[in-house]
Amino acid sequence: MKYSLLLLFVCFLGNTSSGQECKSILLGEIVDFHDNTPLAGATVSITGKSLQTISTEAGKFSFTNLCDGVLELEVSHPDCKSQFITLTLEGDTYEEIRLEHHLEELDEVKVVGEKQNNTTSAQEERLSQNDLQKYSGNSLGDALKSLTGVSSLNTGANIVKPVIQGLNGSRVLILNNNVRMQDMEWGQEHAPNVDINSNQDISVIKGAAALEYGGDAIGGVIIMNPLPIVRADSLFGSTQVNLFSNGRGGNITSTLVKSYNSGLYIKTQGSYKLLGDLEAPDYLLSNTGIKEKGFSFTVGKRDFLQGWEGYYSFFDSDIGILRASHIGNVDDLILGINSPQPDVINPFAYDINNPKQEVSHHLGKLNYYRRFEGLGKWTVQYDFQKNRRYEFDIRRDADDVDKASLDLRLTTHSFSTNFQLDSKENLIMKFGLLGRFQNNFANPETDVRRLIPDYDKYDFGAFAVSEFELNDNLILDTGIRYDFSKMDAKKFYRTSRWEERGYDIDFENLVIDDLGTQLLTNPVFDYHNVSASGGLKYEFGTGNNLRANYSFAQRAPNPSELFSDGLHHSAARIELGDLRIKSESSSKISLSLEKNTETWGYTFAPYINAINDFILLEPKGVEFTIRGAFPVWSYRQADVQLIGIDASIYNNWTSNIRTDHKFSWVRGEDKTTETPLINIPAANINNSISYKNAKWKNLVVGLESHYVFEQQRVPPNILVFSPEQQQEVELAINSAPNAYFLLALDAEVSFSIRNKDDLKIGLRATNLMNTSYRDYLNRQRYFVDDSGRNISLRLIYNY
Amino acid sequence: MKTNAELLKKKSLNSIIALAVLGLFVISCSDDDDPVAVDEEEVITTMNVTLTGSASTITLQSQDLDGDGPNAPVIDISGNLSANATYTGTIELLNETESPAEDITEEVAEEDEEHQFFFTTSGALTSVVYNDEDADGNPVGLAFTLTTGDAGSGTLQITLRHEPTKPNDGTLAEAGGETDIAQSFSITVE
Repeated sequence: MKYSLLLLFVCFLGNTSSGQECKSILLGEIVDFHDNTPLAGATVSITGKSLQTISTEAGKFSFTNLCDGVLELEVSHPDCKSQFITLTLEGDTYEEIRLEHHLEELDEVKVVGEKQNNTTSAQEERLSQNDLQKYSGNSLGDALKSLTGVSSLNTGANIVKPVIQGLNGSRVLILNNNVRMQDMEWGQEHAPNVDINSNQDISVIKGAAALEYGGDAIGGVIIMNPLPIVRADSLFGSTQVNLFSNGRGGNITSTLVKSYNSGLYIKTQGSYKLLGDLEAPDYLLSNTGIKEKGFSFTVGKRDFLQGWEGYYSFFDSDIGILRASHIGNVDDLILGINSPQPDVINPFAYDINNPKQEVSHHLGKLNYYRRFEGLGKWTVQYDFQKNRRYEFDIRRDADDVDKASLDLRLTTHSFSTNFQLDSKENLIMKFGLLGRFQNNFANPETDVRRLIPDYDKYDFGAFAVSEFELNDNLILDTGIRYDFSKMDAKKFYRTSRWEERGYDIDFENLVIDDLGTQLLTNPVFDYHNVSASGGLKYEFGTGNNLRANYSFAQRAPNPSELFSDGLHHSAARIELGDLRIKSESSSKISLSLEKNTETWGYTFAPYINAINDFILLEPKGVEFTIRGAFPVWSYRQADVQLIGIDASIYNNWTSNIRTDHKFSWVRGEDKTTETPLINIPAANINNSISYKNAKWKNLVVGLESHYVFEQQRVPPNILVFSPEQQQEVELAINSAPNAYFLLALDAEVSFSIRNKDDLKIGLRATNLMNTSYRDYLNRQRYFVDDSGRNISLRLIYNY
Repeated sequence: MKTNAELLKKKSLNSIIALAVLGLFVISCSDDDDPVAVDEEEVITTMNVTLTGSASTITLQSQDLDGDGPNAPVIDISGNLSANATYTGTIELLNETESPAEDITEEVAEEDEEHQFFFTTSGALTSVVYNDEDADGNPVGLAFTLTTGDAGSGTLQITLRHEPTKPNDGTLAEAGGETDIAQSFSITVE
């Protein structure tokens, strides 16, 4: 029994009786991890209740007369460590859960227990499988918005960047199957290059507490992992098809898994998506189609002592950029802001014309782990990523229509290793090292000056984290991390720009070649960053948790913040980085008070994040060219403060009816200038009510409402000289749109074709009332309304 | 069993070492070549407007040699216009970042259905009339006639739009499209 338990909950059989009585049954089986023999004599109890039972000779146990909802089981055995499992009991739902005790069990428990987190003391939320299925045809950012405190920075409806508690871009790390995405996250119009359907277990850590993934996650970490694969001879899969009325298209995604008793497994997954022009309530949004392809392949072998995995994924998307958002100068922008509808509306089309983005991402990973008895587990991993981004603009010369205006190739190699010491019962420690090399190549054949230069970047990181279980109620965690990064770039500057920025005085020695009107420079910068985190989790009373965390994190500037220099045609703005920008440092305190019981629960999570030398991009005056005036957006650093609250509450009124209420609010302030921070999401409230009835084909009907307040706190607008109007005018570039209210309806039923409930059909309508609205965090809000009503049908077949 | 496990371990370790070496190799072979400079093809740096009257020829120039760089265009007006006179105007567009300078006028003339100049006059400048048209019979504006009024000062604003709505009512608001050039000249009429 030195090893572990394998818990096999054969099923939950939900109640078949109607009404509000608690009659659900929970059946389970406890099996030894090693030889699958049943474990007799294990004590199983439901926390917060006086229910307790002992497993039979066959390893089985059962509870009857349970209410639907979330429950926590405590499983203990004389020879094993106690185990807590959180699970959701739903009438008539069949769920099979496999748990391996010790180490690997962590991966598995996450899936079941929505409350089992990657972090102990930080604020963290996980997407449910049902939500993932609802958003299968959307993007990762859309799905994550269903979590409290997560919003998005959009460029139209198809480019969606997740924003965690007010922060986005390089401050939000995305881990795709344990590989940190390197996909040019620095651009505001660059969406994460991940297929939402490739990984089913998605959770968000709000803040930098998870130091093992990186020290610079000032905003947070999005962790995408595959569901664990059962160790048995089996072949299973699932296919989901979604059809959309808005965009007149849809997507299909399929997964097939073959696993063996030996622990070997092979998984393939593929997705395809096609949408044409989207529609706002009053007009068509021309050139907003999308084509997306995703493919992933995993092969691995998992044993108790050791295991390995190879993973490859490919993601490719062609995204149309709203035609009307491509403008010439500040007068065109004023015209765009002032006109009630876009000046270009073409008939509906699936074709994606310029302006557009074509982005592809290859990701490969190999890892290996080995356990050492009485010591812990050693893991080593190599990963490779190649990200290629083309951006096509409308060019004056019609012959250049197929020539991209931006062509960047980002190649990353990472090598990481860590050792987890977990032989002591109440102490887990983990140490790790990371080495990374990255190269960016900006293709000059675009005949457009490079916005981002060629560079080589070297990273080295080391961390140590620990988790100490002081007693049954209190867990402490601490961590520290050091990161070194070296940026070695070769960049051309216009001589006039070099001088205007004052670089000729501060960075004279960086010039390696003088071409007259242009200078070739070789900026080489080193950054040393330290991050640390500490916190506690305290359990008390019935289902109550208090989490408190302090994290200090530093982030080195990204290439865009350092080197941006040029005109962004699609945004009609000149973006200017600054070579003087140094690392930013964040100190964040977060608390989370949670209660989860069978009938109701809540989370109340306030936080304060003080960031010194915060790097921000904001409009700052105009520059004149022969094409007129352009707003200049420049990067600067300021000491800022973000204060916010994420709160949610749910109640199971009966075993059929549940309501959920979520609220999030964040306030960002530039302490230096005492002005509001730009691009801070407005407060919002989400309410939903759902009715389910297991007797009617597992019917679930839900109505969701989404209210977004007007963002009152925006930086002042800028004054610009309009050549057309021959006078200074206020450019409403920072003004926020009005508050809005949206409704969504979702209904789902299950059918049994070959197996129980293997076919699920869902119908969903978003923006049910076809409301015209604009969102502050959509970069196209100057030109058009957001998308109108969308009715979608989803079919999910498991086999 | 044991030997199998050990063998597997050895194999796995070997492959990891091989990977690490491969990684290092990839890292060390990154090239150190300097990137090539980009000469922008599509930049219009210069607009020359020639106004030919019965008595004199005046030129208006807007020149912005650093393109989207920080320097504003330099405006040069060779002289004053005569009151109550008619001038024949022509426009020349150049990319002077290239040597010799590239003539963009030809490109606009070739794709004239997709381009149009718009003229806005005020003060002592009375009106501008188009002297040319594209294949569809819509105005282009590479050639035009400018009329002056009584002595005084006035402004001539010239805007080149790419992919405007054609035909249009002559206003920028209705034409739409993207601005390739927007310059205004303050001119004295004597």
